[in-house]
Amino acid sequence: MALATPARPAPPEPARAPRHRTNGSAKRARWDMKFSPYLYIAPFFIVFGVFGLYPMLKTAWMSLHDWDMIGEHTFIGFDNYAELLKDEYFWNAVVNTLGIFVVATVPQLILALFFANLLNRTHLRSRTLFRMAIFVPNITSVAAVAIVFAMLFQRDFGLINWLLSLVGINPVDWDSERWSSWTAIAFMVDWRWTGYNALILLAGMQAIPRDLYEAAALDGANQWRQFWRITLPMLTPTFVFVVVLSTIGGLQLFTEPLIFGNGNMRGGTQREFQTLAMYMYEKGINSLNTAGYGAAIAWALFVLIGIVAAINLALVRRSVK
Amino acid sequence: MVAASARLWKTSPLTYIALVIGVLASIYPFYYMFVIATRSLDVINSVPPPFTPGGSFGDNFQRVLDNPAANFLKGIVNSIIVSTVVTVSVVLTGTLAGFAFAKLRFRGRNGLLLAIVITMMVPTQLGLIPLWGMMQDLGWYDTLYAVTIPFLASAFGVFMMRQYATSAISDELIEAARVDGCSTFRVYWNVVLPALRPAAAVLGLLTFMDTWNQFLWPYAALTNDNPTLQVSLAFLSYAYYTDYSQVFAATAVGTVPLLLVFIFFGRQIIGGIMEGAVKS
Repeated sequence: MALATPARPAPPEPARAPRHRTNGSAKRARWDMKFSPYLYIAPFFIVFGVFGLYPMLKTAWMSLHDWDMIGEHTFIGFDNYAELLKDEYFWNAVVNTLGIFVVATVPQLILALFFANLLNRTHLRSRTLFRMAIFVPNITSVAAVAIVFAMLFQRDFGLINWLLSLVGINPVDWDSERWSSWTAIAFMVDWRWTGYNALILLAGMQAIPRDLYEAAALDGANQWRQFWRITLPMLTPTFVFVVVLSTIGGLQLFTEPLIFGNGNMRGGTQREFQTLAMYMYEKGINSLNTAGYGAAIAWALFVLIGIVAAINLALVRRSVK
Repeated sequence: MVAASARLWKTSPLTYIALVIGVLASIYPFYYMFVIATRSLDVINSVPPPFTPGGSFGDNFQRVLDNPAANFLKGIVNSIIVSTVVTVSVVLTGTLAGFAFAKLRFRGRNGLLLAIVITMMVPTQLGLIPLWGMMQDLGWYDTLYAVTIPFLASAFGVFMMRQYATSAISDELIEAARVDGCSTFRVYWNVVLPALRPAAAVLGLLTFMDTWNQFLWPYAALTNDNPTLQVSLAFLSYAYYTDYSQVFAATAVGTVPLLLVFIFFGRQIIGGIMEGAVKS
């Protein structure tokens, strides 16, 4: 009896002891694996929740009120929106925003495609230098760009009017009319963003397999044909991305017209270049007692961006196949 | 076949001519800015305008410094503080969250990542008016808190770091660190952060430039008593609109730091932008 027991294999004591010892830290490790990811992503969600999401939702809530930033808030349902639809300054701002957007974006995208295509040539020398030079306008602040271009487009001593006078065109009072102010503002926007868009499109072009071009060349397709038949169709996803980005940015235009108009939130004496973002600022921040109305403008701007982005998406998808 | 493809890819002189025209158009406004910044007022208000730099930069910049409407030095100091704090924070929170999204498993991961991508699509102007009210309520109006704290983390930063971490960091590396008994934070600090350094540097550069150039929100939340550089420039240009030599001296000084950053790190910045475009 007593002899039988030692014959049984002893329980693996040495193995058990360490397992027992690490139990605490294993628990900690499991806890660490399970919960610490939330800690790591928390800063973004806290910052975004408090300063991004909450203000956006509050904009919606405010837009349903007659909201005075320092006084009363009265619930009025959709009255702000109804008033908005009858507000000629609102429609004026919509027309200006869309007008400047079109005048600026169409040449910008064509130019960006053009330069991207040039930068995509295989044996191009100094490619890095060209890329940097074409991108450099984008690193400047909008404020600086607007200040420089405001002077270039000045009526009496501006460089542009002087150049025009060389070819016999009378000086243009750039900020006094719609078409001229839109043109000047479009110049600022295009100068700053064409190179950026060209780089994005170039990145998309470089992802297109080279042998497609080689095959097309063997079939006798020239560069122009290759561009239409290979580059553009293969570029559609990147092009959509660029178009959506330009839509979001272009419709929020604020700084260029503001500085161009010498800090006047009405955008020229006749509001000839007041954008929606400026009108929102005028109603929501410059005059505190119409904050609710300003909030309604903010949502209208958001809706407009959505509509235009959707139209653009459909157009790009349809035309480039 | 070799001949055909050689002919095909040959870069014609016209390509270079077109590119050089594009480059000149890109660079001329900078050059123009420095020309006007170094010229006296009576010269710039002449026809034709000057085309070469002069020697009046010192006078022009002195007028900027003496100008109470601009508060220019304070604007520079504020811009340096705000841009630095925001950059450090965006890189830290971006790499931390990017690491979690790329390499850690947790419930709701995909949904939360999708939420971050969606927030990148929503225009910030939508929240401008209530945000302005919040700053009043918090007592942050016209303080640097207003232009710093809402930007301490960015969706773009998280997303970019997540994309990079997914491909740049092998699971074996993290596994090995774990076997050695590292906590997830130790893994982040000792393994992930060093591996993310190239992408984090690009994120830092982009964030710094972006913060330095911010206009709309600082313009709403600050006055010229306590401006950032861009706000100061705006007030300078409104108040002394005809004194372009002064305004341009200030604009040039505000642009030089970014130009230097770009000259030294342009290659990385452009690489980062093009890479980001392809991945998204």
